Amino acid sequence: MEKERHVLVVFPHPDDEAFGVSGTIATHVQNGTPVTYACLTLGEMGRNMGNPPFTNRENLPKIRKEELKAAAAALGIQDLRMLGYRDKTVEFEDDAKLAKAMLSLINEVNPSLIITFYPGYSVHPDHDATGAAVVRAVESLPAAARPKLHCVAFSNNCVEELGEADIVHNISAVAEKKLAAIQAHRSQTEQMFGDVTEKLKNQDPQMMVWINNERFWTYKFDK
Amino acid sequence: MEPIKDYRQVQEAINAFANQDVYIHLETTNGAYASHHDQTFFSAGAYIRNALVRYEIGKITGNDPYRVGLKINLGWIYAEGLTHFEVDEQNRLLLAGHDNKGKLAVALEISATPFE
Repeated sequence: MEKERHVLVVFPHPDDEAFGVSGTIATHVQNGTPVTYACLTLGEMGRNMGNPPFTNRENLPKIRKEELKAAAAALGIQDLRMLGYRDKTVEFEDDAKLAKAMLSLINEVNPSLIITFYPGYSVHPDHDATGAAVVRAVESLPAAARPKLHCVAFSNNCVEELGEADIVHNISAVAEKKLAAIQAHRSQTEQMFGDVTEKLKNQDPQMMVWINNERFWTYKFDK
Repeated sequence: MEPIKDYRQVQEAINAFANQDVYIHLETTNGAYASHHDQTFFSAGAYIRNALVRYEIGKITGNDPYRVGLKINLGWIYAEGLTHFEVDEQNRLLLAGHDNKGKLAVALEISATPFE
């Protein structure tokens, strides 16, 4: 993995970083690169309440906020920003304002690499809207001054339309940190990935490929 | 939250908010990934937070899952599929419907003060 000056990660939900990019984040941290993680919402609209319920609609964000901090700590992220938007509403915000907020973040952090979602190929409307705002912000910079932009995509049509990911990081060296980040988001992951630990212990081949490889598409600007 | 076992407990809580200004949170959801995981699935949902209303009558009916309807000043609010309830530390009535995996499918909440 190329050494960066500063990495800026922008995602809308606590746990968006866990599955797709936490190994990449941990590797950058290990390389001594500062990582800023800007998380737009607290995942207020999460649906996992448990059976029997362990929380409710009003208390879930408090739990997810603590989980986000724990995941960031597990990955060694020093600079965690919670931007105070609301889950499922990002796409309804003023587009220009949101892009401006992203631009001021970029100007302040001055990253050499930004990681976000690929707009249009990231399934959740918040993912697409976040990626689009970051793209608009980066686009407004002169081409020579733009940081690299690596996007996560996972819509059913992403490979068909974007081609295969041009960047694949094998993160097996930091897999334990990645697992710790996934587990930090207990309220979201415990049920869905209850058997992850077991499969990892047994080195389940499919699971290992999924955990160990993180895929990115370099964003292609029109101009 | 507790499963709604005795609807009268919920009815009493609903009655306590009648004929005064209250803030309503109402949502239904299949989750943002429903159509991603099953492309034949038609996903729909609705959400309103902090609607300021007044109801003259509110009622819980049904038999697990339950329905709650509120007759408000100029119309109606209702939710169906409700399985759990709680009167929280801020004295708000939280009602929710959870599927058999513990995922929230519907929520109806009533508060005398705005939700955060």
